Amino acid sequence: MTSPPIEKHNIGNGKSNKRKYMLESLSSKLFLLCALLSVLSLLLIVGFVFYRGSHPFIAEGYSFFEFIFGVDWVPGEDKFGIFPMIVASIYATIGSLIIGVPIGLFTAIFLSEIAPKRVAKIISPAVQLLAGIPSVLYGVFGLAIIVPFLQNYLGLAKGQSLLAVIVVLAVMMLPTIVTVAETSIRAVPKTYREGSLALGASEIGTIFKVVVPAAKSGITAAIVLGLGRAIGETMAVILIAGNSLIVPTSLTDSIRPLTTNIALEMGYAAGVHQEMLFATGIVLFSFIMILNFVLAKISARGAN
Amino acid sequence: MRTFKDNLLRGLLWFSAFVTVGILLLIVGYIFYKGFRLINFEFIFGDYSPTGGGGIWPMVVTTVYTIAISLVIATPIGILAAVYLQEYAKQGRLVKTIRFATESLTGIPSIIYGLFGAVFFVTTLKLGMSIISASLTLTIIVLPVVIRTTEEALKTVPGAYREGSLALGTTKLQTLIKVILPSSMPGILSGIILSMGRIIGESAAIFLTAGTVAAMPSSIFSSARTLTVHAFLVTQEAGDIELAAAIGIVLIVLILVLNFSATFISKKLNKADY
Repeated sequence: MTSPPIEKHNIGNGKSNKRKYMLESLSSKLFLLCALLSVLSLLLIVGFVFYRGSHPFIAEGYSFFEFIFGVDWVPGEDKFGIFPMIVASIYATIGSLIIGVPIGLFTAIFLSEIAPKRVAKIISPAVQLLAGIPSVLYGVFGLAIIVPFLQNYLGLAKGQSLLAVIVVLAVMMLPTIVTVAETSIRAVPKTYREGSLALGASEIGTIFKVVVPAAKSGITAAIVLGLGRAIGETMAVILIAGNSLIVPTSLTDSIRPLTTNIALEMGYAAGVHQEMLFATGIVLFSFIMILNFVLAKISARGAN
Repeated sequence: MRTFKDNLLRGLLWFSAFVTVGILLLIVGYIFYKGFRLINFEFIFGDYSPTGGGGIWPMVVTTVYTIAISLVIATPIGILAAVYLQEYAKQGRLVKTIRFATESLTGIPSIIYGLFGAVFFVTTLKLGMSIISASLTLTIIVLPVVIRTTEEALKTVPGAYREGSLALGTTKLQTLIKVILPSSMPGILSGIILSMGRIIGESAAIFLTAGTVAAMPSSIFSSARTLTVHAFLVTQEAGDIELAAAIGIVLIVLILVLNFSATFISKKLNKADY
């Protein structure tokens, strides 16, 4: 068992082998670096927004309590209270969920369980495509159809209202909820359905007692995604919200949610005013984190 | 009683599906009905005129610029990051952190990205309200999309491919370039095309970072407006629903073309590969 030829071979290619190993280790480091960029981006985003947004409260003596619970937003008079916007955001989000989630889930169940195959094959991809339509167009539609409709049939002076926002956001979240929920319902194994039907359960009973609970995690994900789209939506909402700085007390009140406050004033805001817009961003950010957390908890409890 | 409840629920399921499909058809139908009269060659390829009657060519160009720049940056970074996560990393705290960051980035609303872009790219890096600021912000927005779709594509490559290639004496890098990446190409490409859709649909982040100048951008450092921002502004400032709907048609057709080509590419390449 001698091995001179192999040694010879190694000597001949020593240089290129070394290069090969270096290339290997260099490339794996480069890949790691790229992967770390997303961590860096997140840190930068959170860092910059929180740094700028907390500055007035830490360094300039503004009260955080007054910021959250103050009802006056008059940057010219140094008054920064975002309570009306927080309430507007919460109402708009909850309202759109109440309309959008049941319709979306039922549509998803229909498409995956009830609809004839040929029908589902046309509708599912169409709904999926609609999830990609720019949200501004939903706002344009809202302003052109829903706002005048509310004006005429409810006799409002101004159709731009909380109700208009709720309707448009509910419609906007539909494609997202339907697409994600449908995928997860389709993923439930056939044997679940067969087992339940074999035990004598009806088709509808099987769907609601067996299939839907089995797809719960996917359905929660669908709701979270729809929710994220509703709270974060900005430009479409500007068109239909009316932008009044009041605490909404009825569905017909004109509102200004958190997101639109940032977009409307960022263009000309400076100094403390601008920092307060970043603080508005922090509130929005925390809002989303809390809602995601609560929903995750709810679905975890349901699983037990 | 049971059959009554069953029938009621069944009726509700049909009703919901009709509502969903009806509303969505209504929206698309309305936009096409309202805007189609404006659509012609001059509208799409003509220069913008502030007094009305002009075209949307500057906004088309701006949109193409933002798509090109953000994808040129996001695609390689996203693919390599996904390669690291799927092929190189040992599962552990580091990978968990990276995944957490990527998922969190997906959940951040675009207005927050806009705020960040406005303070970081526009002010701190002194790029000003410009196409480049908007594109860099968009890069971060689509990065998670590219990473996730590439990861999914890498997962579909059979383990036997890797083993076969490595058994032939290739290095990990050679296997990656010659075997793994080519066979996951369809998935990666459709991910990139879907990111284009995301960029086209984006408005709030671009509004805060690129500004609203309605003119042909002279370079990537000038402020300009994309199609989506233009649709928003003509509605908000002038209440010109017809013009907004016409831009809407262009946007919807673009998205349709992108989606079909994503499906087509992944089918075609899949066939060629096996």
